[in-house]
Amino acid sequence: MAKSLGPVKRKFSPWTDPAAVPFIRFENITKRFGDFTAVDNLTLDIYEREFFSLLGPSGCGKTTLMRMLAGFEEPTEGRILLQGKDISGVPPYRRPTNMMFQSYALFPHMTVEKNVAFGLEQDNLPKGEISARVEEMLKLVKLEPFAKRKPNQLSGGQRQRVALARSLAKRPKVLLLDEPLGALDKKLREETQFELMDIQTNLGLTFLIVTHDQEEAMTVSDRIAVMDRGVIVQVATPAEIYEAPNSRYVADFIGDINILEGTVVSTESALGAPGAVRIDCDGIAVAVEQECQAVKGDKVAFAIRPEKVRISPDQPAETSVNAVYGEVWDIGYLGDFSVFLVKLADDRIVRAAQANVSRLVDRPITFGDMVWLTWPLDAGLVLTR
Amino acid sequence: MATVSETHTAKKPSPARWLVVAVPYVWLLLFFAAPFLIILKISLSDTAIAMPPYTPLFQGFGALGDFASKLDFENYLFLTDDPLYIRSYLSSLRIAVISTFLLLLIGYPMALAMARAPTSLRPTLVMLVILPFWTSFLIRVYAWIGILKPDGLLTLLLQTIGLLGPNEQVQIFRTDIAVFIGIVYSYLPFMVLPLYAALEKMDNTLLEAANDLGCPPLKAFWKITFPLSLPGVVAGSMICFIPITGEFVIPDLLGGADTLMIGKTLWTEFFGNRDWPLASAVAVILLVMLVVPIAIFQNQQKKVV
Repeated sequence: MAKSLGPVKRKFSPWTDPAAVPFIRFENITKRFGDFTAVDNLTLDIYEREFFSLLGPSGCGKTTLMRMLAGFEEPTEGRILLQGKDISGVPPYRRPTNMMFQSYALFPHMTVEKNVAFGLEQDNLPKGEISARVEEMLKLVKLEPFAKRKPNQLSGGQRQRVALARSLAKRPKVLLLDEPLGALDKKLREETQFELMDIQTNLGLTFLIVTHDQEEAMTVSDRIAVMDRGVIVQVATPAEIYEAPNSRYVADFIGDINILEGTVVSTESALGAPGAVRIDCDGIAVAVEQECQAVKGDKVAFAIRPEKVRISPDQPAETSVNAVYGEVWDIGYLGDFSVFLVKLADDRIVRAAQANVSRLVDRPITFGDMVWLTWPLDAGLVLTR
Repeated sequence: MATVSETHTAKKPSPARWLVVAVPYVWLLLFFAAPFLIILKISLSDTAIAMPPYTPLFQGFGALGDFASKLDFENYLFLTDDPLYIRSYLSSLRIAVISTFLLLLIGYPMALAMARAPTSLRPTLVMLVILPFWTSFLIRVYAWIGILKPDGLLTLLLQTIGLLGPNEQVQIFRTDIAVFIGIVYSYLPFMVLPLYAALEKMDNTLLEAANDLGCPPLKAFWKITFPLSLPGVVAGSMICFIPITGEFVIPDLLGGADTLMIGKTLWTEFFGNRDWPLASAVAVILLVMLVVPIAIFQNQQKKVV
């Protein structure tokens, strides 16, 4: 790592600053392939030095959006601004963006060194400068001993590093990463995620990453845009996306969650003001403390993460609200966590997760036990979308 | 233990296995090695006015010493004496080199266009390239006579569109130009198909990556596409070059009296002069000449696999 400043997580949130100028702006972008609309009237701002993720299932348009920024596709409608300048019609080889391809797309007939130097040679830099930069890049990704190898003599992880070095060599204003870690095994992937964050912080670049792996997006990003069928459903920080998803789609896509459909019974305060919302979820009375976005009679969903549900064989003091009773149907032992699938009297399943804090092999709660699940007022949330 | 001994028996070649391995070797022995040895032997013997027109091939084991003493290199020496043969060889090589270059020049863009065509269209295009094979090679070359002869279709066409006056004629039939046209036409599929195979399997994202790194499309072709298609270029060139060098039918039908090709010379020696020993020597030298390109081709094929 060149002059490692350490991965100091700075307080970084230009998107909350109304005066901040976006570095990249997608403005009412629509992209159609024949009858198929890949991206539908999408507007998105990305700020300088941001590590931004486009997250969604395959076919949601995230890769198309990235390819439009790289210049491989032209938007059907709308425009893309980079530092305030419209880049429509600028061919890919004149754009200050570089891309790390999902398949890595290393040139098989060139050595590692030549691959990394390729972009620099296109700029006709002096020979000395090119070799210095190549050396620096190989050092950055710890591949100096492999400079003379051909790509087919490298492991998957090493190829991925060459691809990264090659895309970073030109010091692009924006680095685009298309499912960059998809081909790596879990351990290597996690390691590389942290390295990517280090590199991004140290070089001060803007990274745009496309991924379908929500864990990856959560780990590396400053902000995540969750996409579904060509539109952005939510743009927020990883914590906000996880703790305050704005819709059933986002809640369900990120992490594990219980979703109970229900109807608003009463609201304590006016629309948009904080207060308790009471919901009837087919017999389960739920109360949630949050800014109220619904009125009495609205069909809503109550969503709660399994790790926020308390599980206990003992009856709680208060059973009329935020409490259900059922039988332990299945237990998923994940090592650090155990997930209990509790079947209610009406066959609905509610999941509760518990950290395995002790090394007890005989768990206090086991299959067939009757248990109480409870949660506090602020643990779950009401989803109106 | 049982499994170990089982694998051992499985590895010991059974007679049936030997038979399978032997078939191609027997084939090569019967139809390549044996005829070649016969040619080699004939090339070392003398002409005789007999049937067949050379001194006997084999006189029985008793005469083996006698047989060996009669062999000599006089036919080979004669080849170096008469400039006709050397000129034929050189002219054949020249025609083969130029034709191969022309084939590359025409075949490469064709193969590239085929490889870049929509996936659904590609089988049709390959089909179109192979289609001429459905007609006999000889008939196709005869067809070219009809096109190229002075009062042929080409003259007619050019007269119709006014490029030639009513009394003018295209004078390329029975010249080297007609030979080149015939060769390029006949061998084009052999050039296009290996090139297409090499270009078709190329990953398109490599070109996107080159573009992305600041390399404009035309430069990316020379930096990425062409070097990666080299195995196809070598394969196509060798598959064309080797048989063109020994080509007989095309120069015989389309070429003029001054079109020298070793295949034609060979034919004249065999059937015109009935000098089988000398003709055999010509054939042996031709084979030796072609060993180098054949070796290059084999080597390239090994690298690809």
